[in-house]
Amino acid sequence: MIPAPFDYVRATSAEHILELMAQHGDEAKLLAGGHSLLPMMKVRLASPTVLIDIASVPELSYVKVDGDDLVIGATTSHATVANSDLIQADAPLLSYAAAQIGDPQIRHRGTIGGSLAHSDPAADLPMTLVALDGTFELLGPSGTRSVKAEDFFIGYFETALEHDEIISAVRVPRRPGVGWGYEKFTRRANDWAIVGIATVAGRVAMANMGSIPARPVATEQALAGGQGIAEAAALAADGIEPAGDMHATTAYRQHLARVLTRRALETAASRNQA
Amino acid sequence: MQVQITVNKKPRTDEVEPRQLLVHYLRDTAGLKATNVGCDTTSCGACTVLLDGVSVKSCTVLTAQADGGTVVTVEGLGGTADGGQMHPVQSAFREEHGLQCGFCTPGMVMASVGLLSENPNPTEHEVREGLEGNYCRCTGYHNILRAVLLAAQSPDAGKPEAQVSA
Amino acid sequence: MSILGTRVVRNEDPELLTKGGTYTDDLIDERLDGAAHLIFVRSPVAHARILSIDTSEALKLPGVVAVYTAADVDLPIINPPMPMFNQDMTQTPLASDKVRYVGEPVAIVVCDDPYIREDAAELVEVEYDILPAVIGMPNAAKDEVLLWESVGTNTVVDFGTPDDLDPNLFDDCEVVVSHLIQNQRIHPAPMESRSGAASWPEGERLTAWIPSQGAQGAKAALAAQLGIDAAEVHVLTPDVGGAFGARFGADVEMVLTAWVAGKLHRPMRWSETRYENLLAMTHGRAQEQRVTIGGSRDGNMKKYRLEVLADCGAYPKIGGILPSLTRLMTPGTYVFDKAESIAKAVVTNTTPIGAYRGAGRPEATAAIERAVDIFAAEIGMDPADVRRKNLVPKFTEPHLTAFGALYDSGDYETALNKALEAANYEDLRKEQQLRRERGDAKQLGIGMSSYVEITGAGSESGDPNENATVEVHPDGTVTILTGTSPHGQGHATAWAMMASDTLGIGIDKITVIHGDTDLIPKGGGTGGSRSLQQGGMAVQKASIELVDIARTRAAELLEANEADLQFNIDDSGFSVAGVPSSTVTLAKLAEKERLFINAVFAAPGATFPFGAHLAVVEVDVETGKATLERIFCVDDAGVVMNPLLFDGQRHGGIAQGAAQAFLEEFIYDEDGNPLTASFADYPFLSATEVPSFDLVSMVTPTTYNPMGVKGVGEAGTIGATPAVQNAVVDAVSHLGVRHIDMPTSPRVVWEAIEAARSNSNSNGKVA
Repeated sequence: MIPAPFDYVRATSAEHILELMAQHGDEAKLLAGGHSLLPMMKVRLASPTVLIDIASVPELSYVKVDGDDLVIGATTSHATVANSDLIQADAPLLSYAAAQIGDPQIRHRGTIGGSLAHSDPAADLPMTLVALDGTFELLGPSGTRSVKAEDFFIGYFETALEHDEIISAVRVPRRPGVGWGYEKFTRRANDWAIVGIATVAGRVAMANMGSIPARPVATEQALAGGQGIAEAAALAADGIEPAGDMHATTAYRQHLARVLTRRALETAASRNQA
Repeated sequence: MQVQITVNKKPRTDEVEPRQLLVHYLRDTAGLKATNVGCDTTSCGACTVLLDGVSVKSCTVLTAQADGGTVVTVEGLGGTADGGQMHPVQSAFREEHGLQCGFCTPGMVMASVGLLSENPNPTEHEVREGLEGNYCRCTGYHNILRAVLLAAQSPDAGKPEAQVSA
Repeated sequence: MSILGTRVVRNEDPELLTKGGTYTDDLIDERLDGAAHLIFVRSPVAHARILSIDTSEALKLPGVVAVYTAADVDLPIINPPMPMFNQDMTQTPLASDKVRYVGEPVAIVVCDDPYIREDAAELVEVEYDILPAVIGMPNAAKDEVLLWESVGTNTVVDFGTPDDLDPNLFDDCEVVVSHLIQNQRIHPAPMESRSGAASWPEGERLTAWIPSQGAQGAKAALAAQLGIDAAEVHVLTPDVGGAFGARFGADVEMVLTAWVAGKLHRPMRWSETRYENLLAMTHGRAQEQRVTIGGSRDGNMKKYRLEVLADCGAYPKIGGILPSLTRLMTPGTYVFDKAESIAKAVVTNTTPIGAYRGAGRPEATAAIERAVDIFAAEIGMDPADVRRKNLVPKFTEPHLTAFGALYDSGDYETALNKALEAANYEDLRKEQQLRRERGDAKQLGIGMSSYVEITGAGSESGDPNENATVEVHPDGTVTILTGTSPHGQGHATAWAMMASDTLGIGIDKITVIHGDTDLIPKGGGTGGSRSLQQGGMAVQKASIELVDIARTRAAELLEANEADLQFNIDDSGFSVAGVPSSTVTLAKLAEKERLFINAVFAAPGATFPFGAHLAVVEVDVETGKATLERIFCVDDAGVVMNPLLFDGQRHGGIAQGAAQAFLEEFIYDEDGNPLTASFADYPFLSATEVPSFDLVSMVTPTTYNPMGVKGVGEAGTIGATPAVQNAVVDAVSHLGVRHIDMPTSPRVVWEAIEAARSNSNSNGKVA
């Protein structure tokens, strides 16, 4: 399978990316690792006429500390996020989640910004960033704006990104020692989650329980109100109606959400040193 | 467009279509037919090569993206291309019968070298997880696991240029 | 010491590991210089009338050489392959009036450059009048919607009818249990998708490169479908990236590749995407089975009935005959007072069904082994005890079943006991009991199977025989020509070992050639686990006869009586008894006159390997997820000639068998749209889903060949599948679950647990 023809251009700086986007408009797509885009192009679900390769823009790939936050450049690979000492110490949920994506080859190429901008509700990172209460820095012609992760995801493959904006960085609060839990329910290790749960510091987000990472509000409120994990987790599917598919019915997804939320919360509690 | 890529230690300059996939560059432009296409969907890993030192699935990388980079395929492992010996991973796959039909093998071997470069002493579990992106229909993975564990006994099995002693 | 029986690493491997194999897509051959590239436009709908095909836009694309539709193809109609099939269910190489499954070839686009194939195929416009799809065997059997309206039925063949069943079969049984069982459709999924190449210059013969399990069978099929004399066809088999039963004969795409090469007098290459492979390579299994078993509460199984409904897919292929093999193996390893079986095969709007590793026998074992467990659960007896009580006792003389299968040798109880001992069965049951008492989320399941199967039933041409040519060259090297067709099995090593053992020439000096119909006109290929017991035996026979010929020549040369000549394995030569200086080697004898012979080994019949598997699974009863923890396998396929290759065959089969039990299924929606047409969706097993396998050895020789070998290629998919499935059911049997269909996916297991819980709640019992 081969993509339809396109022109390829390699951006050299963030500013250059914006210029190229302005020049090519809607016909262009950004290419970082290409592990969301190229598979869609090969089956011709996407046929952009220009690809702007942003992978070698130096100022987009980094992991650094900025006060109370960790900041991660958009083209940082999943493998780098998974193996970063800084992230493992201050946001271990994120490094763990990055290590669950796909397989080693995919993690070598795929990028944090690319995965988030793709906005697949079954993916590892969207729910993780929502659970982490992360913030995305969006760079556009008029500068940078910040959008909360939970406001960023709008629907299946739809985000708050304007057509002339890119994700430039991902910001997550540093929380060393705070317990976290991650449950990814799959048939095979390298599958997408049938249901996934990420939780840290009383926030819970779920993968594949709707068109965007779902927040089980009732569970979070119960936890905040001092209820036990079992009671709170039992509410995890309240008001959430995921679609059924060949792997799971709506009812089965809801059941998994309750079981996995309980397990993730138990793990988080057992890890908590704060 | 023009690309410059070092393939198995040899620098090349080629004119390619922007949409060309790296696996087709290796097979059709560079004439290195060992790397196979198994699935088209970044699932099976038959097309795995090392790009700039790490394992990648070359069916999901554009040749253009590899411009300026370095690629190693199974033909460039060890020393057999220059009359030398096999790489420790190649040798271990033979010794442990880690291949049958051979179609997944170039990708499986390259993924194994990549794994050992990152984790020279993997546990059984780590080998299984490290090869989760490489499918094999013939072996049930039993002997592939053994082969990688055997290769790991060579201290430099993660280096593409390593050779077993003659 | 004989090399036979020892662990020998493969001759094939250095090339495969350092240069890669030469699969069809890798071929560099001057006969293919300047080749064009084909792509097939395939039906996106399951059942429709073709109203029109517009190829004009595709023809306008620069680089497109030609576009063909059914109207252009002047090839014979493809008739159903077996005489007992409904002969009116015919196929045209390209769909003409109707399409009958998603993926059916509708048009051919020929391009100069492979990179524009997909661009061009997208430009062919086909207008369809969509018809209701027939999905599911029971739906097909109703004959409400027909794939061939003029035929009047969807039934391809009946092997017996309900009238043949004894209405009083179970009258003397204290206990009778019955269950509907799905043996789901799966994809063979070799790592290499299909491909082909052809060269057919004007006025010359056709040369076709076909990755197959037998060049000679492929040649016959190709000639028949092209409507030409077989003498006009030369078939070559490049390296083959796995086959698993799905690569016999010549698929329509290969026939059409050759046809276009002949029409344009230009070499042609064809290779498909994995998407196309998942849609258009034959699928396997796809049976719905009703098992009914009766006996007494003390565990004596008396009666068994198996009713099979088999899916042929859209066109009757080999899949239509497989239910007869299932039927043949109905009683498995057990003694019944009476067992009976009927089968019906129907067409549906799905990909055609062909052979898949085991081909009809795994379906029989899966049915009986589930039935035994259901019976054991009904009477509350340990399934191991029920099996022991009912197994056919050890036999050394052939045992004829009521279904006409002649089991050559067997000791089923020992096999079962070995599996139980290796697994520490009693300890596992104690551990299971502890977990049940504690109410653990992760429950333990222990499942077993006892199996017997058929190997070497015959070559593609029918009889259980195979030929080999062995030649010793003056330089001391040996060439073997074999009618088998290895694609991973290691014949280049194994046949070299067979010859080496007789000729006294090292295996590094022996080359094995296969898959060239000019060099090797006859051959049955590799399938049905036949190769060693027929092809390997032919190599041994030829080698022995070669030494006999050489002896006569050596006697002349050394001026001695043949009876006084000794053949010395160590130096591959003859010496005269008592005259140590008077010697001549085989190589030396070959200098004067070519030294070669062709021999045919004919077996008296099929052999019946057997064994027992015991699987240990963990089931997370909160989520339904089953994980295979251990699997202990006793596979008795007679004498072992190379344990490395023997165990390798077992490993692969066990993994595939386990994968059918808990992962794999090719799924269609009710409109016939495939939902698993990529490796992202079709759950191909990875290294993370299986453990290492515990192999237990057992050797019961057969008398059907001099070495005592049987076939082992399909043991794993026959033994492992029911063992794993039984283990999953066993893990949750204490919750009231009696059966879970394959694949035992998390959702299916969870739903079975929920159903059992609500069932027992409604019965007033405590779950």
